[in-house]
Amino acid sequence: MIRVVLPAHLRTLARVEGEVTLEIQGPITQRSVLDALEARYPMLQGTLRDHVTQKRRPFVRFFACEEDLSHTPPDAALPDAVASGAEPFLVVGAIAGG
Amino acid sequence: MSKVRVLVGTRKGAFVLASDGKREQWEVSGPHFAGWELYHLKGSPVDPNRLYASQSSGWFGQQIQRSNDGGKTWEPVGNKFVYDGVPGTHQWYDGTPHPWEFKRVWHLEPSLTDPDTVYAGVEDAALFRSTDGGQTWQELAGLREHGTGPHWQPGAGGLCLHTIILDSSDPQRMFIAISAAGAFRTDDGGQTWKPINRGLRSVYIPDPTAEVGHCVHHVAMHPSRPKVLFMQKHWEVMRSDDAGDSWRDVSGNLPGDQVIHPGKDGTTRKFDLKGFGFVIDVHAHEPETIYVVPIKSDSQHFPPEGKLRVYRSRTGGNEWEPLSNGLPQSNCYVNVLRDAMAVDSLDRCGVYFGTTGGQVYASPDAGDTWAPIVRDLPPVLSVEAQTLP
Repeated sequence: MIRVVLPAHLRTLARVEGEVTLEIQGPITQRSVLDALEARYPMLQGTLRDHVTQKRRPFVRFFACEEDLSHTPPDAALPDAVASGAEPFLVVGAIAGG
Repeated sequence: MSKVRVLVGTRKGAFVLASDGKREQWEVSGPHFAGWELYHLKGSPVDPNRLYASQSSGWFGQQIQRSNDGGKTWEPVGNKFVYDGVPGTHQWYDGTPHPWEFKRVWHLEPSLTDPDTVYAGVEDAALFRSTDGGQTWQELAGLREHGTGPHWQPGAGGLCLHTIILDSSDPQRMFIAISAAGAFRTDDGGQTWKPINRGLRSVYIPDPTAEVGHCVHHVAMHPSRPKVLFMQKHWEVMRSDDAGDSWRDVSGNLPGDQVIHPGKDGTTRKFDLKGFGFVIDVHAHEPETIYVVPIKSDSQHFPPEGKLRVYRSRTGGNEWEPLSNGLPQSNCYVNVLRDAMAVDSLDRCGVYFGTTGGQVYASPDAGDTWAPIVRDLPPVLSVEAQTLP
């Protein structure tokens, strides 16, 4: 079970409260987590990654286990603690605006 | 008695304002989509409870929301706006080529005949259409690819397609406008397009009478007179009587600015320009009665003398009267953005506009008197009015 924490605006959009849990077969990577997330909540398509390029949107960041994973390759394995469900995968809206 | 519903898009959410035909007491619902920018909301003319809303965020991009119950509940629909083919480049502010990049939907225009068909004007400028209630979107690429696209340049707000006008007398005809490219028309349902900017004169661009490059802020049409168009250009209010084939200045006695502009020979030249503003709209029952809100020059963007005045012409332009009864006449420094004025179609035409200060003003008597419906919303981006049975 993979745990995902969304920022407030995206929880509202997806109509979820608290963490999202996902069951994923195969490697646990950013791509597989985001694919599963978007499959379950189609309204999140385009909010985290560009529809066409699949690149992370500039003001969206990915964190887990006190690490910034925003720049790690999308097919790199996520930390074991995320894969086991011990730690959540955090989607964060960048602090910006002043 | 008929009712009125006013759809308000703001920097921080959407609001729905509702009243009976007297338009004295208003119910306010919202914010819907709190914290998101709502560039535009509009209802279907054939099913007034079918609403579409453009919801966007610098963080999370574009959403399209749809309501089937007049704005009580909403559901997100399709948000995939992908340019047709290889989109190429337009000009950047410095004149260098810049790739076309989707940023947001500025304007949604529901079909006049089908509640599931809706058009979207987007930044970077392009026109999209959905025929399945907003679930999927296809670009009408003939506009962007008709030839002048590589020469389009963004205005201060971006390269936005902000105006879409459908012609009820001719389903194949449509008008759109882009800042800062100009106005365009299709006569074949969006397959092919042509610039319709002859007669526009913009002294602040390299070629003042260029085919494209004019900063058109908004265009309005009365449905009974589909060949008559009224345009609020950067400066000047323009009028066309031939569906945009030619334009003439009808700024008349509107307030103006003296503008100093460098000439090609190194000297400076002074121009007396009239009628800077963003909004323009037409009375629901009087096709020669039009409304604008003059704003002081392009570098200040607030009402002249700190007095908020709507100007009305009952002669299709040239002769304008200021309307100020009920509007602040001192220390008012708000702006009224291009999609933030609308009219209802009750017997006594109601006129509405919203400001960047968060006020939405209503006039139940065609502009003679005004009162705020709300005073403290976030900055208002758009206002649309629906007349309901």
